[in-house]
Order: sequence, then C-alpha cells, then structure tokens
Amino acid sequence: MIEKVENKRIRLLINIFLAAIFVAVIVLLDTKKIGDDYIRRVLNLTAIYTIVSVSMNLVNGFTGLFSLGQAGFMAIGAYTVALFTVPLQVRPNVFYMVPQNPIIAQIELPFAIALILGGLLAALAAILIGIPVLRLKSDYLAIATLGFSEIIRIVCTNAKSITNGALGIKSIPEMPTMWVFFGVAIISVIIIYLLINSSYGRAFKAIREDEIAAEAMGINLFKHKVMSFAIGAFFAGIGGGLLASLLATVDPRQFYFTVTYNFLLIIVLGGMGSISGTVIASFLVTAGLEVLRFFDEPLTLFGVNIPVFRPGFRMVIFSLLLMVLVLFFRNGLLGQKELSWKVIHNWFNRRGKKKTGKGGVA
Amino acid sequence: MSILKVENVTMQFGGVTAVNNLNIEVEEGRIEALIGPNGAGKTTAFNVITGVYTPTNGSVYFNDEVITGLTPDKITKRGIARTFQNIRLFKNLTVLDNILIANHLRIKSNFMSCTFRMPWSKREEKQMREKSEMLLEKLGLSDLRNEIAHSLPYGEQRKLEIARALATDAKLLLLDEPAAGMNPSETMELSSFIYNIRDEFNLTIFMIEHHMDLVMEISEKIYVLDFGQLIAQGTADEVKNNPRVIEAYLGVDEDA
Repeated sequence: MIEKVENKRIRLLINIFLAAIFVAVIVLLDTKKIGDDYIRRVLNLTAIYTIVSVSMNLVNGFTGLFSLGQAGFMAIGAYTVALFTVPLQVRPNVFYMVPQNPIIAQIELPFAIALILGGLLAALAAILIGIPVLRLKSDYLAIATLGFSEIIRIVCTNAKSITNGALGIKSIPEMPTMWVFFGVAIISVIIIYLLINSSYGRAFKAIREDEIAAEAMGINLFKHKVMSFAIGAFFAGIGGGLLASLLATVDPRQFYFTVTYNFLLIIVLGGMGSISGTVIASFLVTAGLEVLRFFDEPLTLFGVNIPVFRPGFRMVIFSLLLMVLVLFFRNGLLGQKELSWKVIHNWFNRRGKKKTGKGGVA
Repeated sequence: MSILKVENVTMQFGGVTAVNNLNIEVEEGRIEALIGPNGAGKTTAFNVITGVYTPTNGSVYFNDEVITGLTPDKITKRGIARTFQNIRLFKNLTVLDNILIANHLRIKSNFMSCTFRMPWSKREEKQMREKSEMLLEKLGLSDLRNEIAHSLPYGEQRKLEIARALATDAKLLLLDEPAAGMNPSETMELSSFIYNIRDEFNLTIFMIEHHMDLVMEISEKIYVLDFGQLIAQGTADEVKNNPRVIEAYLGVDEDA
C-alpha cells in the first residue's frame, strides 16, 4: 500500500518533470535560442494537425461516425480567419481581380475572435448538413461528407467576391509566438478529453458500440450524433483558422479531400478511440514526413549514384512504414487505451515475459 | 390496472403479416410471458411495443397513454426497458460504464456544463455513480464493475443486460429470451433472479421465452402466438391443456 502511494508520487513527479521539459523546449524554440524557422514551422503544423485529428477522432473513433468532411470544415475556419484578419488597407491589393464584397471589405476582427467565429461557422455548417446526412450509416455517410467537403472547396473557388477564387487570400497576419498554436492545441485536446470522459462522452461511445442498444437505453441517437459532429467541426474550423495564419495564405487547393486522408491516417495509426494515441501519431506523421525528406535527394554512395533516391521516393518509404505499422499494430498504436504509466509498464512487462518465454523454448 | 395494453396491433412487412390483430394486457406488478413456435412474431411484437417498428394498424398504451409512433429512446424514457434476444451490451466498455450509460437519459446538465465540470454537473455525475454502484451491489455484480463487458461469462452478460435495463428506472421490463443458451441450473438461478428483481424494484415483467419449465414456473399469465395470431391466453395449466397450443407446438396427426 505504501509502495503504491510512493509509486504514485514518483509518477506525478515524472509527469511534472516531462511537462516542464516540454514547456522549456517550446520556450527556447519560441525565443529563437534553439532550432530554426523550419523546425518551428513543422512543430506548429504538428500542433494544428493534433487539433484536427483529435476532433476527427471524436467523430470517427468515439462516436463511430465514418465522416470524411474534415477538410471542408477546416476550409470554413481558414477562410473566416483570412477574410476578417487581413488588414483593411492591404485588401485592395489582395482582391485585385474582383473587388471584395463591400460589406466584408469593411470588417476587420482581432485574430482570437475571427478564430472562434471560424469554429462556430464550421459547427453551424456541420449542424446544417448533419441533419440530413447523419441519417446515413458507415460508407454512405463517408461519401456524403466527402461530397460536402468538395462542395465547400468548389464554392471557395468560385465565390470570387468573397474568397478571391483560385487566387486565394494572401497577407494574413502571422502569429508572433508558437504559444498561439500550442496553447490552442493543448486547450482543445483537454476540452475534448473532458467531454469524452463525461456522461455525454459515454453516450457517444454507446452509439459507437451498438446503436440499437444505445437507442433502447434512451439515448437520442440523432441529437447526440449531431452534437458530436458539430463539436468535431468546431475544432476542425479552429485548426483551419490556425493553418491560415501559419501559412499566411489560404487558397482552395489546400483543402482537397486528400487532406482529410492525412487525418484519417493519423487517427488509424494512433488508435481510433485514443486521444493520446492521436497526439503521438500527429507528431510522428507530420514530423516523419519531414524527416524522411532526405530520401527525395540524390544520394551518392562510394561514388555510385543510388538510382531510387529521387523526389517522391520519400512517400514510398512512408507508405511502406505505414503498412508495417498497420500489419503489426492492427488497432493503431494504442487502440482504445490512453497512454499512461500503467500501459507503458504493462507493455514492457509483456515484452519481458515474451523474451524469457522464447529463451525457455530454445 | 393494466400497465401495458396492446390493442388490435397488426404489423405487415410488404406482403408478410408478422403480427395480426394482437391484443395483450399486462397487469401491473405481474410476470407475464409471450410464447410461440419459431417465427410466430414474438420479437416483432416486442419491437412494436418498444418503438423499433411503428405498427401498420392498432395502438400501444403504456399507463393509459398512447406510445405508438414514439421513437425507442422516448419510450424508454417513459419507463419501458428491454433486453435483446442476442445480447447487445456495449462490449468494449466496462460493466460500470454500461450501467452509467443507461443513466444518461435522465441527465439534466447540458454537454457544456458536463465538459467544463460545473459543480452541479459534478454533483449529478456523483449521484449517477452512486446509484449505479448501488444497483450493481444489489444484483451481485459489483466485483465485476471494472471488467470489460465482453469478457464476462455468458450468464453474467445476461444479468448485466437486465441490470442495464433496470438502470433506466424502468417500470416495465421486457425480456427477450433471457434464458437462451443457459443450462438447467443457470435457468433455475435466473427464475429466482427474475422474482427477486420484480419484488425489489416494483417491476412488471413481460418476457418471451422458450424454456417451458421457466415459463410455466414463473409466469402468472401466458400468451401464445402462432403465425402472428394470438391462439391462447391464460394461466400455465390452461395453456398447457389447450388443444390449439398443442397443435401449434406438436402439429396434428394427418390420419386422425
């Protein structure tokens, strides 16, 4: 018993220590003591991917709705931030082909308000399309949401007086600090974590496990599905808004449906129904794609030019790694579990046991 | 007083009439049963009562209020809970979570106050947990509270499904073949379990069952369904000796 309390205390200390290291690293990066702009950019992108992936996991992994509309909701958030934060005086330069809609052309909002507005508009769109579409199940739902996401992109390409069409919107103010991205990411993950561990989160999981039983237990399927879908869309919209300010530009091509597949990949890899798994996978996928870049450059070994090292080879390696991961971790890295000291402990124990077992046979 | 009244209910699927002009009245506080050969329409009748299907004709009354046309979740809120023929637990969740989910229908806080752990939501959550723990305690499942539902032995899964239905604060419990797949000793245990929960929770129980021993032993009234028609009703003895029931179960001798 005393040992257990001791253990708990040690684990708490380790947790605080790890959190402190994380904060210290971000502070050092942020004050430009270590790293360069490239690393900062990749990490910020990781934070954004974390927000969108966790929100997608809420819908797909926890509520069991196979939705592929994430790119569309991001686009709504990104365009909202872009439209309302570009300074008024540079707008004529941005909208030089078709003048901006006269009403929107007069409104400039602070970043935080535009960001939340983007999230709310994405949630509103989710409710509007969710009402007809959430009556569908599995693959049908996936196709309908995918279609929605394409509609948003095509509207963005063609509503020139609002979105500037295919030219996109440039000169979006950049954020002075990484904490904007990491702060929002941490808050979003905590909120979704708290939601999932509340009574409503349990109702979402019940719908995932067995719709018929959930309804027989008095859970209003439609209301809870729309709720989960809209909350997921809200955070996707926030992620999109952050992306707009990170890249300082938005254009419709950033929101092709292939973008959604990146998030799908992340949640499958991290574990459908695991928040910590999603956070880890967001980092691995986003950073992994960058680390593997050296495969894209020509390589000369002992004076021989290795022929396969050329642009695009990185994706081959990446896909291979994915296949291996999916083959050996069928439920993703964490399945439906959350990362905790207990899980790590059990994992090492099991590996240890396996090894001794093998030794015995030999 | 009858707690459940099924009046002239007909359920057709295309050209097939699964239930034809069914009339049932379940008295409050009793254990009554619906029996019949395979494909007689028993589960369809349950599905009509619980709102899974809207009947082609006729109405269902619960406490003298019409419930036909309501969705299953609304009917459960009124106080009818059910179990399923092939167990439908929330398999990958714990025993306690299964029970807590059945408490969700009475929640008053909205998702925002639940997410941000407002004091009133916290209090509600605490009450929910206490109530669930108490229920598990009463049904002898509290040692299993942190087990994953699908890892339980078959008999315990059946019990958990009944416990989950009770957690919705039901007044009327519909059991769809609770003894399916059980051996004789488990069936015996089940019959005393059903008696106990009826008395403990002031329930009315209406069940579909194939184990005749169980049905004959505990039901106060039995309805017999064949090809969607009600062919007999009454006490165990009355039903047992009814020639139409014997015919439905055993068939008639062509030469006779």
